[in-house]
Amino acid sequence: MSAQPYRVATGGLIDRKHLCHFRFDGREYTGFAGDTLASALLANGVSLVGRSFKYHRPRGLISSGAEEPNALIELRRGAAREPNTRATTIELFDGLEAQSQNRWPSLGFDLLSLNRWAAPFLGAGFYYKTFMWPASFWEKVYEPLIRRAAGLGRAAGADDPDHYEKSFAHCDVLVIGAGPAGLMAALTAGRAGARIILANEDFVAGGQLHGDGGSINGTAAAAWVKGVIAELAAMPHVQIMPRTTIYGVYDGATYGAVERVNDHLLSVPAFEARQRHWRIHARRAVLASGAGERPLMFANNDLPGIMLASAARTYLQRFAVKPAGRVVIATSCDDGWASVDAALAAGVAIAAIVDTRSEVDEALLRLGRRSGAAIYCGGEVVKAHGGHRVGAISIRNANGSDTRHDCDGVWMSGGFSPLIHLTSHLGARPQWDERLQAFVPGQTLPAGLAVAGAACGDFALGACIAAGQRAGIEAAQACGFSAPATEPILCPETPAAVGVIALPRTAAGPVFVDFQNDVTAKDIALAAREGYSSPELAKRYTTLGMATDQGKTANINGMALLAATRGKSIAQVGTTVYRPPYTPVSFGALAGHHRGKDFRATRLTPAHHWAQEQGAVFMEAGAWMRAAWFPKAGESDWVESVIRETKATRSSVGLCDVSTLGKIDIQGADAGAFLDRVYCNTFSTLAVGRARYGLMLREDGFVMDDGTTSRLTPAHFLMTTTTSNASKVMQHLEFCHQALWPDLDLHMVSVSEHWAQYSLAGPRSRNVLQRLVDRQHDISNEAFPYMGAREITISGGLPARLYRISFSGELAYELAVPARYGDATVRALMAAGGEFGITPYGLETLNAMRIEKGHVTGSELNGTTTARDLGLGRMMSTKKDYIGRVMEERPALRDEKRWRLVGLKPVDRSHRLKAGGHLVGRHEPAVTANDQGYVTSASYSPMLEQWIGLGLLSAGDKRHGEIIRACDLLRQSEVEVEVCDPVFFDPKGERLHG
Amino acid sequence: MRIGCPYCGERWNDEFIVLGDADALMKRPGEAQFALFYDYVYLRDNPAGRHRELWYHQGGCRQWLVVTRDTLNHTVHSVETARCVAQDREAAS
Repeated sequence: MSAQPYRVATGGLIDRKHLCHFRFDGREYTGFAGDTLASALLANGVSLVGRSFKYHRPRGLISSGAEEPNALIELRRGAAREPNTRATTIELFDGLEAQSQNRWPSLGFDLLSLNRWAAPFLGAGFYYKTFMWPASFWEKVYEPLIRRAAGLGRAAGADDPDHYEKSFAHCDVLVIGAGPAGLMAALTAGRAGARIILANEDFVAGGQLHGDGGSINGTAAAAWVKGVIAELAAMPHVQIMPRTTIYGVYDGATYGAVERVNDHLLSVPAFEARQRHWRIHARRAVLASGAGERPLMFANNDLPGIMLASAARTYLQRFAVKPAGRVVIATSCDDGWASVDAALAAGVAIAAIVDTRSEVDEALLRLGRRSGAAIYCGGEVVKAHGGHRVGAISIRNANGSDTRHDCDGVWMSGGFSPLIHLTSHLGARPQWDERLQAFVPGQTLPAGLAVAGAACGDFALGACIAAGQRAGIEAAQACGFSAPATEPILCPETPAAVGVIALPRTAAGPVFVDFQNDVTAKDIALAAREGYSSPELAKRYTTLGMATDQGKTANINGMALLAATRGKSIAQVGTTVYRPPYTPVSFGALAGHHRGKDFRATRLTPAHHWAQEQGAVFMEAGAWMRAAWFPKAGESDWVESVIRETKATRSSVGLCDVSTLGKIDIQGADAGAFLDRVYCNTFSTLAVGRARYGLMLREDGFVMDDGTTSRLTPAHFLMTTTTSNASKVMQHLEFCHQALWPDLDLHMVSVSEHWAQYSLAGPRSRNVLQRLVDRQHDISNEAFPYMGAREITISGGLPARLYRISFSGELAYELAVPARYGDATVRALMAAGGEFGITPYGLETLNAMRIEKGHVTGSELNGTTTARDLGLGRMMSTKKDYIGRVMEERPALRDEKRWRLVGLKPVDRSHRLKAGGHLVGRHEPAVTANDQGYVTSASYSPMLEQWIGLGLLSAGDKRHGEIIRACDLLRQSEVEVEVCDPVFFDPKGERLHG
Repeated sequence: MRIGCPYCGERWNDEFIVLGDADALMKRPGEAQFALFYDYVYLRDNPAGRHRELWYHQGGCRQWLVVTRDTLNHTVHSVETARCVAQDREAAS
């Protein structure tokens, strides 16, 4: 067989000098640049391209565009493999590899096609009715079996190696579609000066003009398109976006789009994206999406070789490919007859023309007779015959007699439906138009969106172009531009595309309505009979229109059948509402670069590189990376590091990076009064140069956050928050100030990232600091006591802030320096502490030391605890109003049986305690009914030399000394623990003051 | 959905955080009465149609805004700063 045997010798928008080799199901073929995979397959005589979803019937190409239900294929190989792409929209490139789907072992011989013979039993609702019993079989037996038999392509199963991008765009007028109406709208609005985005799903502008040919203003349509595109491309305010699908309309005149930047290349060039997701805000939009042809309904109408007449013309004229050698044209509108000339010009023989209408225009009949075809007006295709391809057609004549014609193709036209999907994305229901015999956009269009051309029923080329021009003028004017001078555009008359929906009168075999989901006319009738007769119910029961093509070729025929079954008109029955996306959108495009570690930004402290040099093991704390521990040679697990770090800190000095704490700078005459209202304790009385621990409640009385706040000058406070709540607290404070108490005189700003902050803890911490702090600042115990806070300078003039606060229970300081000095400062502190054996420690040691001291963190401030629960009840002032005061007084929140903070120590000192275990009585079974609380935090205590923990236990504050059990059923551990005071180490706090 | 921030101009809603009913949330009771606070903290209407809501422009000017939005179709009818609304209320009372 010669290469591309079905290619017509001349014509088409293909580059015959640019040969493309490609493989389909392992076989080598050739095509040309400008082909789609579909047209290239047809050029090679490949008509069988897939197997159907449920019955595994052989399927071929029905369409030439995005509506294609059958030709779903897997594109590319390996990790880049992409299932369920439509062969009709894949631009051919040299080296393309594709596989058919849903067949085993091969496309030509598919074992599961046996389902076809079982088809009488596999109708709508079959799965619901059959796999009911026993219930446990559904998950284990039925579903896996069904999933193997049905289903579409296979996901790649490996990380997508390509990059995807997200972009944003703003324009005056977004034109959706680059057919005659869209081009005209863009040209007119562009000439008026409006900023235009012209989004074209296809890689070539012109739409159906390339299928139908014809002339505009006396020039060939293709030349006219070229001229318009050249003029648009020369306008700097016009952005033409080929290969870009507007897939959804959203609130606020927002449009979602996917640009297939490099899908048409063998591999994505370096530093480029495969696809780009666009979010477009357009003041006005013109929807010029065109219209889609409707299949006819007859038995075996899904056989390969049977396709839409407009698609056949597209293959003939745009791609110079003969989809068949001898065809039957079946139509219910004038437009179907347009295929006659196209077929004859390409040397395709026409066996017969069947028009469901008994009265057909005389000019069309003359055209038909010239072609030598047998003509049947008022006739009906009853059945297609064939195995892997249509071989003959049975026609019922108007007089009731049957005739059979041999053919290898059927080109059908059931009239056209406007492609109005985008108009109903915000909820508007399409309306039935009796004159057009189609659904048209509903009354309430998305704000700013106008519909033009075939998309609102202007099927004739002249009307379509005029509508585009009008829409362009209106859109430009709405954006404040004056209308440009326009001239009339002359087009020859085109055949009418309004067709009646002919229902199948006889059932000589399965009549397919939804090709992708294998829904037949019989299924629709069954749904109606069983009571699922509204469009929304019938859709769900039969799965009509629920496949990846969203029923683009199916819905209208389905609704017509449903209406007929119920003896109503289509207008009365209505239709379902389209939802985004118009065509499938890949997860890659939606995710963009936000995947894996790049899902969100990682925040690093100024000392991060220093910590890396020390060999720190990092852990994620919110968005931050924090050092968890600093392993030394010979340490085999983190507990060993924690023991060393803790002992070094408690015996000499340790250093910890606490830069991640939230910091809010609050200034103003009323700053103190404001803090009194947002903290449950009092801050207006805090002396300048002092810090105080503060507890913040939510308005419902539960604890929200804690931290120390310092008063630097009378009208200047610095608040710290926990790392994870920093932005939440900021938002809360802004709310309190702006929405509740706007008259308070203050301003606040987050300075979390402005300061690098280090905790120096241990008896030698002051010695280390004294080597860095400039001499004029006295930080002796007397001059700078516990809870002091002061602005100082270090290292000869660097402004810094020093706080004498302690989370570890040791003599401790926090030193804050401007972030850009963070790295230098940590190195200076380490150098200054060298002679004291200064030891960096991480979050694990911080945690061990704070548990030893019974200090709470996020594990205890978990949104379910009150100040009383945490033993902090006395902090709540009774002398002022503050957020949360009234609700905290609810009796249930003061119930003595509430879970209260306790310390927990395994009775057997060798036992390990784990956070998360639940607390039950010593001899009670570990069941929910006996649940008395849980372990919130646990760590190995280097000072007590055993595992210890904090927990919340019912009436726990009164149960010190009691033995209970901590049961972790998930990790299967049960430990007997003694309830004790949460402060395990230095209960009198003597070390703080050293 | 896009919100016309009085300071920053019209922006997509991903820059904002919604809190809820502006009229309910901004009427913090002046008296320490449990019943008043119960309503304030927990009781909300859920209207179909126009709704005044508090939105925080976290990705912009950090201002709390009172946005009048139609909950049926997300049309934004008006945007004021919460500060102005609160000050007007205080001036009126």
